[in-house]
Amino acid sequence: MSSFSVTEPSKRSKWFAGTLVIVYALITMVPLAWIMLTGFKSPADAISYPPKVLFEPTLEGYVNLFTTRTRQTDEFLAANPPQTWYDEIVREYDMVIAGPSKFGERFLNSVIIGFGSTFLSIFLGTLAAYAFSRFKIPLADDLLFFILSTRMMPPIAVAIPIFLMYRQLGLSDTHLGMILLYTGVNISLAVWLLKGFIDEIPLEYEEAALIDGYTRFQAFYKVVLPQAATGIASTAIFCLIFAWNEYAFAVLLTSGTAQTAPPFIPTIIGVGGLDWPAVAAGATIFLLPVMIFTILLRKHLLRGITFGAVRK
Amino acid sequence: MAEVILKGLSKSFGTDVGIADVSMTIPDGAFVVLLGPTGAGKTTTLRLISGLEKADAGEVWIGGRNVGAETPAQRDVAMVFQQYSLYPHLSVRDNLAFPLKSPILNTPVDEIERKVAEVASVLQISHKLDNKATALSGGEMQRVSIGRALVREPSIYLMDEPLSSLDAKLRTDLRVELKRIQANLGATLLYVTHDQIEAMTMATHVGVLNEGRLVQYGTPREIYENPNSLYVASRLGLPRINIVPADVFGGMPAGVTQIGMRPEHIHQGEGQEAEVQRVEHLGDQARLHLVLKGHAITTIADPHTTYTPGAHIKIAPKNPLCFDAEGARIS
Repeated sequence: MSSFSVTEPSKRSKWFAGTLVIVYALITMVPLAWIMLTGFKSPADAISYPPKVLFEPTLEGYVNLFTTRTRQTDEFLAANPPQTWYDEIVREYDMVIAGPSKFGERFLNSVIIGFGSTFLSIFLGTLAAYAFSRFKIPLADDLLFFILSTRMMPPIAVAIPIFLMYRQLGLSDTHLGMILLYTGVNISLAVWLLKGFIDEIPLEYEEAALIDGYTRFQAFYKVVLPQAATGIASTAIFCLIFAWNEYAFAVLLTSGTAQTAPPFIPTIIGVGGLDWPAVAAGATIFLLPVMIFTILLRKHLLRGITFGAVRK
Repeated sequence: MAEVILKGLSKSFGTDVGIADVSMTIPDGAFVVLLGPTGAGKTTTLRLISGLEKADAGEVWIGGRNVGAETPAQRDVAMVFQQYSLYPHLSVRDNLAFPLKSPILNTPVDEIERKVAEVASVLQISHKLDNKATALSGGEMQRVSIGRALVREPSIYLMDEPLSSLDAKLRTDLRVELKRIQANLGATLLYVTHDQIEAMTMATHVGVLNEGRLVQYGTPREIYENPNSLYVASRLGLPRINIVPADVFGGMPAGVTQIGMRPEHIHQGEGQEAEVQRVEHLGDQARLHLVLKGHAITTIADPHTTYTPGAHIKIAPKNPLCFDAEGARIS
């Protein structure tokens, strides 16, 4: 008898699917690998042609990313021997470290604004989605369409009105302003995605909880939220990726205290020539939070864990 | 436990009548079964008592208080849903403990453990307590669902066809168990079923619903022996009651247009001649499917009956139930 099975894919289709996945992974991951490697190259290796795959790794790019440096006279250098390993790295270029760069602050701004707006989008989105899903709301369909319609134009189309509005309200270059802006853009996505997830959670669970002695809000918190975890996690990832990577509004509305990393990283190029390793180092560090966040939530991205306990 | 009184309860969904003007008293400690076909308003009645639906008119009294303005939690009712709605993100143990942990009951931890263990052993699910609720078979899920009601001591238990999804053996076991628990606790129970055996064996009272109206309410024997309409008569009894026009046998009082005969209320050996269509030997009895002047009639016979299809047999009604053209009982 052959081992033919209806559900098990054939060897050939498995091989084909496997190859496809590997090719896709290569295409998407080569640029990432390139950035990560460049971060550890010396400026000369970074721009050498043909590109160097094997090179002597150095932390120069990272040191340059986190510090500002000044060129000094030979006398000054001789009188002040290097104190630390990063001092030594910059001495090779007859420089000393003058102080920390703004990268740390900008990165922290990105974290505050990115995660802050993601939290706010999810918080408001979940409540709104629950209301749309469970309550009889007058004109619910029209409201939902209106919410979706905010996504039909590119957000940057309203850049100038927002710029003027923010200047009047004193929200320009503030963390709160950026959090509100990114929340405003993300909330439509959050409401729509989460409504779909909450719609799929049968009403019976909440009714059972109401009878088991819980209030409506407690039932929402104890029964609906845990089951919507999958949807909340994937929505949060989408919201975070948008807020984290957003560039145009960040350039327009922030310059100092609330500037995020995306507009900051290119400015490294202006300081002391084309310092590609420092840019690559900045990009590498910038990638990490979203990567970690996605890895932490990935088990919630697998669907099917919450379904099947209600007889249809 | 408490007495539950419904007064003129009505509820409609758009143009569909859920229930209409239902009044009934469920005495403290009674086991009341609601009978009726799909759409008769059985589930709606449970949901109105539990507070999941708001009545259009009428009142619900639980333990002497009008609960019209109370939330389901405040009404202190336990409900087993037709769909076993176990919380899929919790273990069996946490599912059973869920009502006990509610802010309203706020049971101490050792008390929760004791009650969960007790209910689990009664329902034979002790070995599954640490399973995820989704990792159970349908029968196990339904038992957990019943268990989640039984861990509490509410004013009234509401059960919506709780045994309908179980296999025959488990259904029999749980039927006996439920009745025993109800009798021991002195619990008040309102129970929806299609199953005649459940209704006859467990109920102290049976209410028959038809299109949202309570058409008869009494003891199971009353409903079976003394139905007030053709509709009620045909709700109970297996095989179903035989309905034939009054003139088939003749000799009925004026106004009677139809008569109803339970299978055991047919006298054999005299009267009209009927033809045997089919004989079913059930072991303890035999069922005869007859045709009399074009009307199908089912009756029971001795288990060792020698009738075969095609045979002729004389039958006559024994104390038939008489109904008028509208289906109302004439005594």
